[in-house]
Amino acid sequence: MTDVQATGDAGDFAVTAGPTRPRFGGTGWNWLGLLPFLLFVALFLVLPVLYLVNGAFQNAEGQYTLENILALGSDNIVASYSLSIRLSLVSAALGAIAGLLVAYAVILGGLPGWVRHAFTTFSGVASNFAGVPLAFAFIATLGRLGLVTLIFRDVFGINLYAAGFNLFSFWGLALTYLYFQLPLMLLVVTPAMEGLKGEWREAAESLGASRAQYWRRVALPVLTPSVLGCFLLLFANAFGTLATVIALTGSSYSVVPIMLYNQIRGNVLYNPNLGYALALGMVVIMAVTNLLYLFLRSRAERWQK
Amino acid sequence: MKRYPAFPTLIVIAASLYFLVPLYATFDFSLRMERGVLSFAAYRDVFQSDTFISTLTFSAVASLVAILLGALIIVPTAYWVRLKLPRVRPLVEFLTLLPLIIPPVVLVFGYMRIYGNNSFLPLTTTDPGTNLLLVIGYTVLSLPYMFRAVDNGMAAIDIATLTEAAESLGASRFAIIRRVIFPNVRSAIMAGAFLTFSISLGEFVMASLLNRPAFGPYLVQMGQDYAYQPAALAIMAFVVTWASMALMQVFATRKPGQRFLPRMPRLSTFAPRRVQS
Repeated sequence: MTDVQATGDAGDFAVTAGPTRPRFGGTGWNWLGLLPFLLFVALFLVLPVLYLVNGAFQNAEGQYTLENILALGSDNIVASYSLSIRLSLVSAALGAIAGLLVAYAVILGGLPGWVRHAFTTFSGVASNFAGVPLAFAFIATLGRLGLVTLIFRDVFGINLYAAGFNLFSFWGLALTYLYFQLPLMLLVVTPAMEGLKGEWREAAESLGASRAQYWRRVALPVLTPSVLGCFLLLFANAFGTLATVIALTGSSYSVVPIMLYNQIRGNVLYNPNLGYALALGMVVIMAVTNLLYLFLRSRAERWQK
Repeated sequence: MKRYPAFPTLIVIAASLYFLVPLYATFDFSLRMERGVLSFAAYRDVFQSDTFISTLTFSAVASLVAILLGALIIVPTAYWVRLKLPRVRPLVEFLTLLPLIIPPVVLVFGYMRIYGNNSFLPLTTTDPGTNLLLVIGYTVLSLPYMFRAVDNGMAAIDIATLTEAAESLGASRFAIIRRVIFPNVRSAIMAGAFLTFSISLGEFVMASLLNRPAFGPYLVQMGQDYAYQPAALAIMAFVVTWASMALMQVFATRKPGQRFLPRMPRLSTFAPRRVQS
């Protein structure tokens, strides 16, 4: 989703391939070649979602109604969405700020090239190191008997858990998510950082701008759409996270994906159609976030040509 | 103007600590199963478990079949779109990106409702059917990466000319795809394949809700029952992820026909996967 070069290649190809073949050759029948793909996508991607969306607007007797959507306003569901959104916002903000700082440090910070190389390579792995194993790693680190917890206790005499820290809580989850959010941010914001042209800085300096002025008036405004876009990507990333939460806290920590998971397993809402509405809510949030991301990315790419 | 970059250095050190300490802590923890000595007992214990072997085998097979299915669907489609239907490319690309928007938990919820009892295609009523549904789910999850990798691979070769050359030699459509296009995008497929593999090997949500004896649910169960084995499993998972990503990158940057890799490429040249499990 971030590979600017790739879309460039694709564009070049379309240009060179265009004139060599008649545009409307074999009128209509060419569509048949797409049939297997379209059938697969329809059966296993579009239909299942449409089924849930349709079900969200029906009652148990199959009549159309808005009562499931209205029932999303009940206390426990609102609390669940609120928790999910707050956790995703916090984890996305942490990831965006930390990722931005690291991107600045390794790309523009004047450090040797191998530092950047090491960080990008590691980020490719770490952004994929999620789910259950990540939870295990953090339990071994910051759990009640984790290495860091013990070091704090034995070396510094600080009992983290008595001091209010808990890995199996909101902030513990946010800290754990950071392990895949920071690398993701670093990877997606890199093109924007690289897009800050040296000439702009020189131009600003030759006009007498200070370092801070350059950042505030030139670099940050150019970066803003990218950073906001990446923030949304991180938000969506956190919002859909389920396995890490289950492995850390069990299925009792009621973020929306967990609530839906429990509903699917045992109809804990006692209303299947309410489950569909819950799923619809997730899809809507994910869709809006991703659409905004795409919009902001297209804004941001204007500066990267 | 040249001065020592103190602030960047500080950031890099802090970030490195954040990344490396959990890995070290996990490794250290995984060695402490036997009281007072460091040993690989936790690893031994894991490898001796039948469940470990059987769930890992199940997930590996499911992932491989999903990769195969994905390649069979994506390669001809990407080829056809580039050759004959460049105008519908945005639509196809959009459809392949949908799995990034629809969380796996929602997708599998839909599967269970549509392909359950009283369905026109009652897959979940039998074991092989449910396995197939899981494989299909993994294929769907891999669509964004598979399509992207294969499409990029096709951009690097001149499909139109290759096709015309093959046609002029009398090759059928099927033969062209199988004997000309497939070999030329093989490394692109492999790149997508390793990513798919690392996604689906430890996948939890779909496998758990479909009640499959897969590796992801096994991991969660281990986390609930044991202390040291999960740390050993996390280290192994990290190594597998690292290997998958490295292999993916090797193949993603390989030109068709190229035999050796001149140097280790950057991972950043490939879009990162969206972590949703």
